[in-house]
Order: sequence, then structure tokens, then C-alpha cells
Amino acid sequence: MSLLDHLPVLPVVVPLVAAPVCVLLPKGRAPWLFSTLITWICFALSAALLGVVLQEGTLTYYLGGWAAPLGIVYRIDLAGAIVMALVSGMAALVFPYARSSVEYEIGNAQSSAFYGAFLICMTGLLGVVATGDAFNVFVFLEISSLSTYALVAMGAKQDRRALTAAFTYLVLGTIGATFFVIGLGLLYQMTGTLNMLDLHERLAGQDNKVVRAAFAFIVTGLGLKLAMFPLHRWLPDAYTFAPSAVTAFLASTATKVAVYAMLRFMFTVFGFSTPFTEVAFAFFLILGLAGMFFASFVAVFRDDVKQMLAFSSVAQIGYMLLGISFATEAGVAAALTHVFNHALMKAALFMAVGAVFYAVGSHRLADYRGMGRRMPFTAACFLIAGLSLVGVPLTAGFVSKFVLIRAAFDATLVVPSLLIVLLIVASSLLAVAYIGRVAYEMFLADPEPDVPPLRVPMTMLVPMGLVTAANVYVGLDGEAVVSVATRAAESLLALSFGGGAF
Amino acid sequence: MTQLLPAAFSPGLVLIVAGILAALAPRMGRNLLGVAGVAIGFIHLLSYGNAPVGEALHFAQSSAMGFEFTGIRIDRLSVIFAIIFHIAAMLNVIYGWQHATRIEASMGLIYAGAAIGGALAGDLLTLFVYWELAALSSVFIVWAGGGHAAFKAGMRYLVIQVSSGLLLLAGIAVHIGQGNGIAFEAFSLTQADGSANAAAWLILVSFGIKAAFPFLHTWLQDSYPKASAVGAVMLSAFTTKLAVYTLARGFAGTDILIPIGAAMTAFPVFFALIENDLRRVLAYSLNNQLGFMVCAIGIGTPLALNGAAAHAFVHIIYKALLFMSMGAVMVRVGTTKATELGGLHKSMPWTTVFCIVGAMSISAFPLFSGFVAKSMITLAAAEAHLLFAYLVLLFASAGVLEHSGIKIPYFAFFAHDNFAPSVTGRARPKEAPAPMMIAMGIAAFLCVGIGIQPQYLFALLPFEAEYHAYTLDHVVTQMQLLLFAILAFALLVKFRLYPAEIRSTNLDVDWFWRVPGRIGLMAAVRGTAAGWRRIWGGLRRLAGGTVRSLYATHGPEGGLARTWPVGYTALTTAVVLAVALLAVFFAR
Repeated sequence: MSLLDHLPVLPVVVPLVAAPVCVLLPKGRAPWLFSTLITWICFALSAALLGVVLQEGTLTYYLGGWAAPLGIVYRIDLAGAIVMALVSGMAALVFPYARSSVEYEIGNAQSSAFYGAFLICMTGLLGVVATGDAFNVFVFLEISSLSTYALVAMGAKQDRRALTAAFTYLVLGTIGATFFVIGLGLLYQMTGTLNMLDLHERLAGQDNKVVRAAFAFIVTGLGLKLAMFPLHRWLPDAYTFAPSAVTAFLASTATKVAVYAMLRFMFTVFGFSTPFTEVAFAFFLILGLAGMFFASFVAVFRDDVKQMLAFSSVAQIGYMLLGISFATEAGVAAALTHVFNHALMKAALFMAVGAVFYAVGSHRLADYRGMGRRMPFTAACFLIAGLSLVGVPLTAGFVSKFVLIRAAFDATLVVPSLLIVLLIVASSLLAVAYIGRVAYEMFLADPEPDVPPLRVPMTMLVPMGLVTAANVYVGLDGEAVVSVATRAAESLLALSFGGGAF
Repeated sequence: MTQLLPAAFSPGLVLIVAGILAALAPRMGRNLLGVAGVAIGFIHLLSYGNAPVGEALHFAQSSAMGFEFTGIRIDRLSVIFAIIFHIAAMLNVIYGWQHATRIEASMGLIYAGAAIGGALAGDLLTLFVYWELAALSSVFIVWAGGGHAAFKAGMRYLVIQVSSGLLLLAGIAVHIGQGNGIAFEAFSLTQADGSANAAAWLILVSFGIKAAFPFLHTWLQDSYPKASAVGAVMLSAFTTKLAVYTLARGFAGTDILIPIGAAMTAFPVFFALIENDLRRVLAYSLNNQLGFMVCAIGIGTPLALNGAAAHAFVHIIYKALLFMSMGAVMVRVGTTKATELGGLHKSMPWTTVFCIVGAMSISAFPLFSGFVAKSMITLAAAEAHLLFAYLVLLFASAGVLEHSGIKIPYFAFFAHDNFAPSVTGRARPKEAPAPMMIAMGIAAFLCVGIGIQPQYLFALLPFEAEYHAYTLDHVVTQMQLLLFAILAFALLVKFRLYPAEIRSTNLDVDWFWRVPGRIGLMAAVRGTAAGWRRIWGGLRRLAGGTVRSLYATHGPEGGLARTWPVGYTALTTAVVLAVALLAVFFAR
């Protein structure tokens, strides 16, 4: 077997092996340099993987050569390959960015531990996506969550509230994981397997209290991980008080991976064969819409830009849930498109917030006054990414909203499609309100006289500029993303339609 | 043929883009942008090639919201109008080389672009967009005339033009509601069952406003003379001729247009005769000329429609020429009141010659452009055996000669010498500026050129129809008409019976629009404003209350947004799980 045959597992294994090495490195720049290189290798591998999957379709890899159901199977379909490329790509951009930001916010004394944890977190996120084994999903979710708790707590250097935020996250994350693993246990009891494809086959036609309970536990557990309203409590504080680089990475990847896991369980494991999946779609529809509005309203009234964006993330999750709730190919494609695009815009926004924090040491709205003149590049990136968040044409956000609205019109729903579309538009207007507040302070409010321009290192500006450019690029050439997302949705749904009588 | 620009990019848009850029450029930049924009637009138009008679080429087709849009339709009828609009735009740029203000230069290009885009529009919604754009851009040209009078005239102009747009939109909406597509084709005023077709009537009235139908015409005489010297030339070319084009496209052969057109040719003659302001005379004469075209469209035979198109073509040139000559007088003397002019031929000989060329063209002297087009219309009326229309057109032709052909050059350049140094104590006014002379020269050349070599114009006409301009019959009839009209004028002046030029304000039917109409409009405006204020106040109170209550719940201190203790949050999770379990258990 050549190295290439191991491609599906390499993006997970490389950072997993690298993380302990990183911890052993001396403090200072070395861990950063090492881990950045690892993320780039990871990205190259994931990109290669995506290329292979695009050409050859779903890849299956037997870990250690043990076939299912005994061994662990890695199964990478198109949707998974996209999310893996997204996660490693974001890491490849955030790690260079992290150098100055982390030096400023945390100091170099803990750098080896920090970058070690960061790599572990990435390993977990990639693993969740790559694996085809339900219990393995739990393991990797916990790997990423545990390291995330530590990373969030690192923010305590700047604000002690990071500790409470990390603690709350720890408690809630553990509850979510517990629900999830209880659900898995129930499934294992009923079927005797943990391989997702086997689960799917054996669950077909099974409808009893145990399976139903398992379903409820798994949906609630994953719902907590992806910050579904009203299980989102951990997210705003965790994102607000974590170090900027961590926030930029988590906001663009962690919830996305949870969304992917939810998709996998909804469509690959359970499929449409049972009546109770309908319940979950109704749940997603109601909670998605509620989250879109609730979190946006909160965001409008926030005076802390980072917190504002954190709440906005909860609202954006609502769009993805909405897309899934349509239970159509177009809806899932819209959700996947938004997973990708939202990662781009939130990464750019949080990077801009981090850059401002690096320059003035605060993310309060009042300190953004006159930034259009003091940090023109950062302010421009913020504005473009903000417009993308709103969904202005020629940005990635427009592509997502357009696809979502189209999917809403095509879907047959209990609620009139037009109403849903109106709600989508209305919540976008709320985004205009909170992004507008920041834009107003940055560009329109009278700046205090004689403030010098502020400098931020290139290592921060270049990744930020690249992500912002990606927002515009996707806005201009949305067709590519949408077509890949549609193919991915097809591959996800093919199984659930094929496996059960709908 | 190779395309200069993408085929989906309308030539009109080229001019509009040039106009937008011109708003930012200094004078020379504006001029060069204008020349380049019009030239590129023209080459782009020619690169489509012309369609064979009776066929159309479609470009920029797309479908959205269930409508089939056709941005550009190239057929014989649209191309001839697009060509003449380009020529007029170029004349405007040259004429305004030194005198066009920033707004006039920029808006003039946008206005011309809108007219070209409108003429090429293949569907009603695209037409509507250009229709409104033409109205909105041209009102700035009226306002650029300066002064309170121009401002108020501009407001009246705007109200009427926008009403036309709204009627058009309403008509389109009804048209679509009847299950028709949005393609711009011929309309029928009656439906299959004989009842009136509301859509067609709405659209006809909308077109009629812009074509200055009787009683709907007042905006024209009201606004054009109040524009600047340059602005009036721009205004004279596009709006009304775009309306003529749309009438020819949508209502060819609609009988009611024959009496309307006949009335349009006849009534302005009287107003023009007694009017003192020569640019207002030209505005009335413009109205009268439109009557010929509307009448021809009503007749609707291929020959008549050819006549309408040809007349629009030559009319734009000689009307622009006349407005340009009056503009030159305006620039040099500051007024165009007949009572204050006279004797200018001594110091403005070239302008006098150009004005006379324009006057002879509009009067349809043989060998001038008006002749080849106008006789086509009168012949069509005769061939269709419309005796009444034929006689009115003959009368109007004589009237044109009276007020435009003789009155304009006579009172401006001859009559009693008001500018002799012995009278004024100052030097005589200078000849028109060079760019104006060049523009007038080109226009005069075209007038004569088309008069002598009409076959180039005839080659562009939209329909196949056998026609020869210079038959003995035509020439003799026209010369008789002209000579007797000149004789009448000479006799009237000789015996002091010609209505004396007096400083007066002549009331037209616009009094009905201005006084009671204005009161009604203002009452409606005030009523709406009061109602809106009440609604808006209520909304604001409501919104204020909503925001306050939202802040109370979602704001930083609000229950929904505060950071809760871990215990409570964990409890939420348990509650959600419980709900999920229950929902799943009871799902059927």
C-alpha cells in the first residue's frame, strides 16, 4: 500500500501525532512555526482528498485493515471532503494569523501548550468528519471539545470571565456529549453495530421506543454542540472571551462540523424511513427561525463587537438548520453552502476584531470609532465581510441566501414558503442593523482628532485579506460552490432515499 | 459583423455610461466623453446590422420572475429612430461644446441614451425603465435653464412626465394581467368581444402625453422655452420622438389617431401666429409637426408609416437646427422675444443662413429635407381617401410656413433693425460661437443633403412602399401652396393686418392644468402628507415601544441575553431533551 492509499486517514493522523511533539518543543516561536507547517500539510492533504473524492466518489478506508463491523471505517463522501478542506483550510489561515495575536493576548510562555491544544482541536474536528463509525464521532467530538475548553480558558490573561465561560462550556459540552453517547448506547443495544452504514441498514423498518429515545438523545446532544437555539448558551461567552485566533477558528469550523455530524446522523443513519425524523425537521424549522431572530435582536443591542458577532453566529446557525429542515436536496445544499460561506465571513470578521484588539486592546464598540481612517485595511475587510453576512450581492452571503430562498420556494412545507422567505429577509435586515452600527462607528462617526494610524503585522493582515477576498470570490463565482454543495447533498441524501421507503 | 461591445449591451447604455462619467469630468473631458460615447454607441448600433424589412433580431434576452425580457430589438423601425437619436446626440454635444453646463452635458447624454435604449427596447418593462429615465434626466435640463420660472416649469414637467410613466406602468400591469407577455407589439384598443381594452387605452394615453396630444401638450410649450439655449436643443429631439416611435410600434393604423393628429397640426398654428417668444413659437411648431407624424401613424398604411418615420428623422434635424439658431441668438442677445429682435442678419449672417435653411426645410420647400418626408404623409392621406385629413394637413402646411418658415427668420434677423449702434449705442452682437456654427452647419448640410439625395433616407425606412419625392405633381402642389402662403404673409404685413408682435402672455389650455389642476394636486398632496404623517407617527410610536420592549428582553440586561448560571443553562438542556423525547414518542 502506498502512502496515497492512506490519504483518507492522513489529515487526521498527521496533526494527532504532531500535537504531542508540539508540546515537547521549547517555548517561543518554535511551536507556532511547527504547528503552522502541520496545518499547511493538513490542508494540502485535505485538498488532495477533496480532489480525489470529486473524481472518484466516496472513499472508504479500513483502519488497520479491519473490515466493518469489527474495525473502524473511515468513509469520506463529498460533503465530508468539503468540510475537511474547510476546517484544514481555515486552520492554515488562522495559524499564521495566530502568531502575533497570541503573542499579544497570551504571551509566549504557554505557546507550546497552546499550539498543542490547537492542533488537537483540529484533529478532533477533522476526525468527526472523516470517520464512518458512530462511536468514533463521539470520541473525536470530545477530543475537539476538551481541547477547546482549554483554549477558551487561555483567554483569561485578557479577561477573567474567560474562566467562567470555559467552565460553562465544559459543563454544557459534557452534557451534550453525554446525551449523544447515551443515544449511541441505545442504538448499539438495538442493532449491535456502531458502523454508520450498518446502523442504517439494521435500523430500516425498526420503530420502537428505544430507537425513538436514541434519536431524541442524539438530536439534542448534537443540537447542543452546534449551538441550536435555545441550547446555544455556551457559545456567546465562549467566543467572546476566547483568544481572537481561537474564536476565528472555532466560529468558522466547530459548529460547522457539528452541523455536518447532524446531517450524517439525520440522513445517513436514520434516513427518512421513520415518522419521527419529521419531528426533528419541525424542530429545526421552529428553532432555526427562533434563533435567527432572537440572537439577531440580542446582537443589535450589544456594545461589544466580538459578543455581537458571537450572537450573530447563533443566528447564522438558524439559517443552516432552516435549510436542513426543508429535507430536500436543495435545502441541504443550501445548508452546506451556508456552512462554507459562513465560515468565510465569520473568519474574516473575527480576524478583523482580533486585529483591532491587537491595536487598541479592546473590542468595545466605542473603540471602533474612526477605525476607517486609523486601520483602513482592517475596517475595509470588516465591512466587506459584514456585507457578506448581510447577504449583499457580489458577496458569499448573497449566494447562501439566494440558494436558501430558492430552496424554500421549492420545498413543500407546513408553513407557506413565502412566509419563510419573508422571515429570512427580515432577519437579514437585523444583520444590517448590527453590522451597520459598527460600520457607522468606523466610517461615519466623527473620529477624535489627531489619532495616529494603527499598525498591525502583516501575518495578521494577509490571512484576513485572503479570507475577505474569498468572500468576494465566492460572491462572484457562486456557481462553483453551489454545484459542489448540490452534489454533496445528493450523495448525502441518496442513501436515505435509497435505503428506506419514503 | 464583428461586435465592438457585447451584443447584450444596449447602445443606449454606452451613452448613459458616458453621461455618468461626464458628470465627474471637466469641460473638455465632458466634450470628449460625449463625442466618444456617441461615436462608440453609433458604431455599436451599426455593428448589429439592420434587419430585413418585416423581421427583427433580438438581443439581451433573459427571463426573470416569469417574464421574457428582450433588451434589444433590431428591426427597421427601431433602427431608424436609434440612428437619428445618435445624430441628434452628436449635434447636441458639438452645439454645447462651450455653453453646456455640467448638468446639461451629463444629463443630455443620459437622456439621449435613454431615448436610444427606449427605441431599441423589445419588451414593455425595459421600455418603461428607459421611459422614466428619459423623464428624470430631461427634467434636470429644464431646471438648468435657471431661475424660478424654469424651476417651476420643471416641476410641472416632472409631474406630467412621471404621470405618463405611471400610466404606462398601470397599462403594462393590466396588459400582463390579461395573460399577455411583456413583449412590445401592436395593441388593439378593443378586445375580441368588442369591449374597450383598458390596457391599450392606458398605454395610449401614456404615449399621448409624451407625444403632446391636444390638451395633453401644454408641458411642451411650458418647459422647452424655459430651458437654456443648449438645453432646448436637447429637449426638442428625444421625448416626443420616442413617443412617436412607440405609437408607430404599438398603435399603427389606429383610426382615432387621425383626428388627433389632424387637430395637433392645426391648432398650434394659431397660437404660434400670435406668440411673441420665438422659442415658444418653435415649441408650438414642434407640436404641429408631431401632428403630421401622429396622423400618419393613424393612417397606418406602409407608405404613411414610412412617412412618419422619415418625417421624424428629418424633423429632428431641422427642428434642432431652428432651436440652435434661436439658441445662438439667445446666447448673443439674451432674448428670443420677437419684439426685441430684428436686423440681426447684419452681424450674424451665417446664423441667418442656417436659420433660413431650417425654415425652408420645415416649410417643405423642394430640395429641402422636409419636402421629401411631408409629401409622403399628405400623399398617404390622399391615397387613403381621407379628404378631411388631407385638407387639414394642407392647411397646416401653409400654417407651418407662416409661423416657422417666415415668422422666425423674419422677425429675428430682418424686420426693423433693433441693434443698430445708432439705436443701442453699443456694437452689434457678434456672430455665433464657432462650435455652435459647426453644429448648425452640420445640421443644415443634412437638411439640404437629404432634400437632394433622399434615397439614402428612403433606404432606411421600415416598410416597402413605392414612392418618388420629386414628381412633377408633388413639386407643383407644394410650390403653389408655398407661394400663396408667402403671398398671404406679404399682403398681411403690407396692409398691417398681420397680428402685431406684442408683449403678451397667451393662455393655452394649460391654464386648466395650472390653476384648478394645481389646486387639486396640492390638496391631494397635503391630504396624503397629513395621512402619512399620522400613519408614520403611529408607526414610530409603535416601533419605539417595540424597540424598548426588545431591549428589555434582549438587551445586555435582558433575561434572554444575560449570562445565566451554569445550573439554569443545564436545566434548559434537560427541558429541551424532555420536549424532544415527548415529541418523538408521540410522533405517528
